[in-house]
Amino acid sequence: MASRQVLKVADFQTEVHNDWCPGCGDFGILRAIQMTLAEMQLDPSNTAIVSGIGCSAKTIHYVKTYGVHTLHGRPLPFATGIKLANPGLEVLAVGGDGDGLGIGAAHFVNAGRRNVDMLYVIHDNGVYGLTKGQASPTLRLGVKTKSLPAPNVNEAVNPLWLALAAGATWVGRAYSYDVKHLVSLIRQGIEHKGYAFLDVLQPCPTYNNINTKEWYGGEDRRDPDQGRPLPRVYKLDGTGYDPVVKSWEHIDEKIAQAMMKGREWGDKIPIGVFYKNELVPTYEKRVSSRIPNYLAMPPAKQPIADSEGRPAADLTRLLRALAVN
Amino acid sequence: MNQPKKVNDLAWIVGGAQGSGVDSSATVFARGCAYGGLHVYGKREYYSNIMGEHSYFQVRASARRIRSHVDTLHLLATFDAETAFRHARNVADDGAILYDPNLAQTKLEDVPTIEARLRTDLTTYLVARGLGFTLGDLLKSAADRGVTLVPVPYTQLLTEVADENHVDQLSKISRMVNMFAVAASFGVLGYDFELMARAVREVFRAKAEVAEMNVRGARKAHDLVAGKYDAFPYRLEPIDFGGERRVLMTGAQATALGKVLGGLRVQTYYPITPASDESEYIEANQLIDLREPSDPAEEEAGVAQGSGSILVVQTEDEISAVTMAIGAALAGARSATCTSGPGFCLMMEGIGWAGINEVPLVITLYQRAGPSTGMPTRHEQGDLRFALHAGHGDSPRIILASGDFEEAFHDGARAFNWAERYQTTVIHLVDKALANSNGTMPVFDPDRVRIDRGELITDGWSGRDTYKRFAFTESGVSPRAAIGHPGTIFWNTGDEHDELGHITEDPVLRNLMMEKREKKLELADREIPEAEKLNFFGDRTAETVVVSWGSTKGAILDAMDALEREGIKLGFLQIRLVSPFPAEPVMRALARAKAVVNVEMNFGAQMGGLIREKTGIEPTHRILKYNGRPMSSTELAAALRAVAKGKAPRKQVLTYGV
Repeated sequence: MASRQVLKVADFQTEVHNDWCPGCGDFGILRAIQMTLAEMQLDPSNTAIVSGIGCSAKTIHYVKTYGVHTLHGRPLPFATGIKLANPGLEVLAVGGDGDGLGIGAAHFVNAGRRNVDMLYVIHDNGVYGLTKGQASPTLRLGVKTKSLPAPNVNEAVNPLWLALAAGATWVGRAYSYDVKHLVSLIRQGIEHKGYAFLDVLQPCPTYNNINTKEWYGGEDRRDPDQGRPLPRVYKLDGTGYDPVVKSWEHIDEKIAQAMMKGREWGDKIPIGVFYKNELVPTYEKRVSSRIPNYLAMPPAKQPIADSEGRPAADLTRLLRALAVN
Repeated sequence: MNQPKKVNDLAWIVGGAQGSGVDSSATVFARGCAYGGLHVYGKREYYSNIMGEHSYFQVRASARRIRSHVDTLHLLATFDAETAFRHARNVADDGAILYDPNLAQTKLEDVPTIEARLRTDLTTYLVARGLGFTLGDLLKSAADRGVTLVPVPYTQLLTEVADENHVDQLSKISRMVNMFAVAASFGVLGYDFELMARAVREVFRAKAEVAEMNVRGARKAHDLVAGKYDAFPYRLEPIDFGGERRVLMTGAQATALGKVLGGLRVQTYYPITPASDESEYIEANQLIDLREPSDPAEEEAGVAQGSGSILVVQTEDEISAVTMAIGAALAGARSATCTSGPGFCLMMEGIGWAGINEVPLVITLYQRAGPSTGMPTRHEQGDLRFALHAGHGDSPRIILASGDFEEAFHDGARAFNWAERYQTTVIHLVDKALANSNGTMPVFDPDRVRIDRGELITDGWSGRDTYKRFAFTESGVSPRAAIGHPGTIFWNTGDEHDELGHITEDPVLRNLMMEKREKKLELADREIPEAEKLNFFGDRTAETVVVSWGSTKGAILDAMDALEREGIKLGFLQIRLVSPFPAEPVMRALARAKAVVNVEMNFGAQMGGLIREKTGIEPTHRILKYNGRPMSSTELAAALRAVAKGKAPRKQVLTYGV
């Protein structure tokens, strides 16, 4: 930004008509992203949001930063390419649970191996919404949403477990209707030095009639004395849970703890930061050990020609190695 | 009685089990020849296997530039029985075979890696001559027709080297037999051993001690045969370079160097034969030198900050490879990915996305024998149609096909210029034969390469109108910003979109966007000089015109030279730009031809069909090959001779191959 004016949430909104269903959990995530960008005063001209395919993927059209709406399951490799070409950019990837854990599962796993410094947010609603409600990889075995002809025949994958197993160095879960908490987690994920994965539970009011806003909020199980709902979702903050790996010898116990906590489901669904480990070098740092000036002169910032179009690369040394006289 | 000598025109083969050092012996032979001012051309054949199957290298050495391999050998250097079994029958009557006398009793049936078909074939051959089934029998049949047999007692040589160098186990130095084979070859050919020694030291430059031991061992093998085969007619002699600075490299290296010079800064890949060689070479040389800044703008841009670099990323699959390269291109880096057929299959969705989002993406496609895994290490030009039609919907792409090392180099650089100028995918077609062949050539002139980034926004955009990434323009090309360039926020989507990049399904906008994208190809067709679209060689008035594309170029040119010596003059139209197809110049080049001979390395005559589709001209003859082995100039010359003499059927299928 030329001038250092204070950016408001409205500065991150576009005029594109939003065509999500009324009450969609995506709204909370979109709002939280815009609020986080404003809160962090991130330069829209230096920020890119990369999405996959599906309802969630339309997010980028509603945010006024560079927005890259990619292919089904592929936001991570697109985002990785952008970030590695220019590590000075703030890069955020978003997508649905089918996008990231079904068709994009290979990329989900390999993003963990790389540990590129970026945040990946999954909109997790258990269904493929835009294709009219088929079961997604996070819908549990035997669950029959109204859009399914028969109960779900597959077991669900646990996104937190998969992220931990793959090597994500920051793993969190949030709930799309607790926007304030979601903002805090998105911010922590962005600020984390390494690959951060945030699973955001969100109702699909049109196709998932099981994991609804009311279900997450515990409307079906009220306190017998006061009649107040007993929400299923609870925050890890304040429970004494410490997700941070402070030294290598504690890594096993921290991963085990995150997995145990990540198994909780049903009556009690924890949200918050499950795991954080900044001891693992980022991909950018690993590259820097091979290319010492990588961060100062990343691929997108290197000159490739002079004003006459003469190539900047000098092949003399390489050609000498192949010379025969 | 000595025959007249045949100096500096040699076809040599070294073969052996994979893992036994065939490649390094071929490299030493080729370098040794090249250091003496000779031109070389090498063709490499190998199985999809790590260890044990047969691999071989044909190296031709000559005083003039060579561009192809031939069917008949002059010197066959073997250190196992299989190599002799496979290649002995292809040695010229006045040629020679180097072999291990200890293996003479090896029976054909004792070599399990020889396919049943070939075993039957060899058995029939031996039975017809009343011979038994040992290597000795086969060698006898060769000697009977005049072939010189050169026994090289490898084990004895190894024992001597081990003793002299205090090596306790022969197995530790058993790979040295490949150097014995080269050294004995040079001994038989009467070539200067010091040139070989220099090549050994170069190949083993990281291990000086190993190099010296190999040199000493090689000298023994050389001295053992030197002077004993004076009647052997083939000779190599060092000649003057004629002031030419020369390099020896593979097609994969030539392509890589072109890309590096052309500004490649991010290369993604998933391991696949034969494409990985390129990425590995680039990664091994990922720190690149930059020229001294030649103007203040460049200095400011950071040339002074140190060396440049290329980020090479090995991805989890080719979907990731193509999409990561697209991401890097969106951020402003010249990016490419590099693959072969099966990997290219996975890249379809990325190609479509890059097309609709007008991303300058370069894909280097090393064709190999398909379909499916096909023959992973063997050659084919079978992906022409695939490259043209990859992806669903109509998505513009530029496709260029390189015919030799120099073209691979310049096309490697040129691909980025076209990708950026026309903001579209560029598919650079190369193939296994070109990638794995090596040859001597004059050193590339980097000054011939210029970089053109097209309508890339390099100044600020702030304060101007709202930036529209897909703004409608007369040419179809919109000013392109990299992600992160101040004031140029834009959106991308694989959906149809408006000028800003937001989704639209409006029928009017849809038409405008489709037409905008296709217009860029019309622009490319108008702007790209004819010299970069096609080459014409030989006689422009010839009645018979060969039309081909890609790496068949070398065999065609060498076959034409051979035919010209017989008084047969041909024309040769080499199509270099496949899309947009240069229909008008192709029609012009073929207009006067009475016979149009379509030569290519695939079953379906893919280019022949394309020519008919785009020009209405139906090739009168087809010369095709699809057995996985590149065309030799020998078999091609025979097929073209038949066409020129009016004795050829409409379709000839070439079948030579070992």
